[in-house]
Amino acid sequence: MWADALTKFGNAAGAVVVFVAVLLLIFFAAGRATGRVSKPLAVTIFLGPALLLLAVGLIVPAIRTITLSFYNDDSSKFLGGSNYTWVFTSSGEQQILLNTLLWIIVAPVVTTVLGLVLALLVDRLKHQGLYKAFIFMPMAISFVGASIIWKFVYNYRDPSQPQIGLLSQICLWLGWHNPPNWILSHPLNNFLLMVIMVWVQTGFAMVVLSAAIKAIPDEITEAAVLDGARGWRLFQYVTIPMIRNTLVVVLTTVMITTLKLFDIIRTMTGGNFGTQVLANEMYSQSFTEFNTGRGSALAVILFVAVLPLVGYNIVQLRRERATR
Amino acid sequence: MSEETVEASAAADAAPVVPAGGQAGAKAVRRAFSSPIASFLVILLTVLWTVPTLGLLATSLRPESDVAQTGWWTFFAHPGITLSNYHDVLFNGGFGVQNGLMPYLINSLAITVPATIFPLALASMAAYALAWVRFRGSDVIFFLIFALQVVPLQMALVPLLQLYSGGAHIGSATIFPSLGLGGTYAPVWISHTMFALPLAVFLLHNFIAQLPRDLIEAARVDGASHFRVFRSVVLPLATPALASFAIFQFLWVWNDLLVALTFAGGTPEVAPLTVRLAQLSGSFGDHWEILTAGAFISIIIPLAVFFGLQRYFVRGLLAGSVKG
Repeated sequence: MWADALTKFGNAAGAVVVFVAVLLLIFFAAGRATGRVSKPLAVTIFLGPALLLLAVGLIVPAIRTITLSFYNDDSSKFLGGSNYTWVFTSSGEQQILLNTLLWIIVAPVVTTVLGLVLALLVDRLKHQGLYKAFIFMPMAISFVGASIIWKFVYNYRDPSQPQIGLLSQICLWLGWHNPPNWILSHPLNNFLLMVIMVWVQTGFAMVVLSAAIKAIPDEITEAAVLDGARGWRLFQYVTIPMIRNTLVVVLTTVMITTLKLFDIIRTMTGGNFGTQVLANEMYSQSFTEFNTGRGSALAVILFVAVLPLVGYNIVQLRRERATR
Repeated sequence: MSEETVEASAAADAAPVVPAGGQAGAKAVRRAFSSPIASFLVILLTVLWTVPTLGLLATSLRPESDVAQTGWWTFFAHPGITLSNYHDVLFNGGFGVQNGLMPYLINSLAITVPATIFPLALASMAAYALAWVRFRGSDVIFFLIFALQVVPLQMALVPLLQLYSGGAHIGSATIFPSLGLGGTYAPVWISHTMFALPLAVFLLHNFIAQLPRDLIEAARVDGASHFRVFRSVVLPLATPALASFAIFQFLWVWNDLLVALTFAGGTPEVAPLTVRLAQLSGSFGDHWEILTAGAFISIIIPLAVFFGLQRYFVRGLLAGSVKG
């Protein structure tokens, strides 16, 4: 086994060393060039690899995926738009679209609201760094790890036996003698899976919103206070309008993550028990059912759904960069 | 939301230090939300956020028979610590699985380190060319790379996999040969590099473009080639941005499931921890002592990075929040 490890690390280290050596060699050789060729040469060497990889890895595949979505399962026959018709009319797929819609509404809103509440509350406490660190911590954990953590919380056993799942045990302590098998209970299981997303993303929302609240100019809040605004009114008429853009950015960012959600569903249920969503269905159609046409159509739908959200986010980012 | 403000204050927030006071306005808002109920709410949420992870850690340290028979919360009343679960899951596997997680852990490292270094090098080169080598079309190219952030990686999976396994053909003419990379890390490294580039170029360009003009022009006037300027002036000065992106990318690759599952498959030769854990969670869902120990092994590195390098970590994660 240690020999195996050594070979693997050797491969990885070798790849890095060769990569860096080739770069340095090219830099050394091209650095000696002078005169008219030196600038085009520099541009090619600096920019060429990145552009080539982007073309081969993103641009061409994206165009090809769009093409493939109009073909049948093994791409041998042109089907027109029937893959798309299938997505929107077959009852199984409609359930998936509905689940996805539910996800992108509930999870981001709950995350943003919780993040905002925490951002407002945590600042006044002693040891606030500690609280923030613990709430932000799940952000470091993979969705796979997070799923296993929560699968254990949702573990089900017959109520007559000693419980090992925390949720069931809490229900028993509270006097509910017959808690359900959580993961199998549709539609409840969708919301239980959303809890994982909220658990991971709330720290992100809290940190970003907390920063936005601190960035509100003092003069504005002071003026409002002099005018008699207090408590809820101050929050409603000053804080919220001042951080509105940030709120929308947080909401859309979590929405994007939610739309592309794959790992949680894959690890928790594999898409069974009525929990399937768009991104996991795209993977299943492409790589389990080997239906390239349907998988590609689902990918294109995902792309179209994400487009306005990401577009809004990066334009927002750019505009505020420009105003500073 | 300006990224700089968020990053700066988020970094300050995340460090366990109470930021300097003196913001009267912000204080007024905070006071409005101040009450024992508020403090109670924050503490409650923090506990709620931490307990699931604590349950995972406690379970992974309990003997197998205890885990199966009693809830982990009884651990604190009847502590019995063992590391044998970790030994089993790493080296033995148990319940019919050959070898443990060790090969997958090695794969995770062997995938993550090159998949962090490659995009970092290529993106910083591209960013330098776009920021400091003046040539016609640089604005268009920058915008193109910037805009590629909207393409979800699901759009690239199927065609890219076809390219790796079968090459590219137009009609019967081969324009790109089959590379025979199956069963090696190369497809995973290359794919992660491709998918990382849009965000990496964008972020590093923002930083590198703001380096002092005098410094770079002075070096150029002294006769240094672009390659020399890049290596000895730009790279050292861009270290903070490089570090933030490196940490973001490292964690992104370490925690990734989708890219690894698609391009590495599930074999112990190449698959990383996340892939194996997702498999185990599906098929061996009842052996919690093994599953929890495995999950904890996979999250220990992100957690170490999080608690050790909090400042860079938060900055990197916030900057990369729209990636995918």
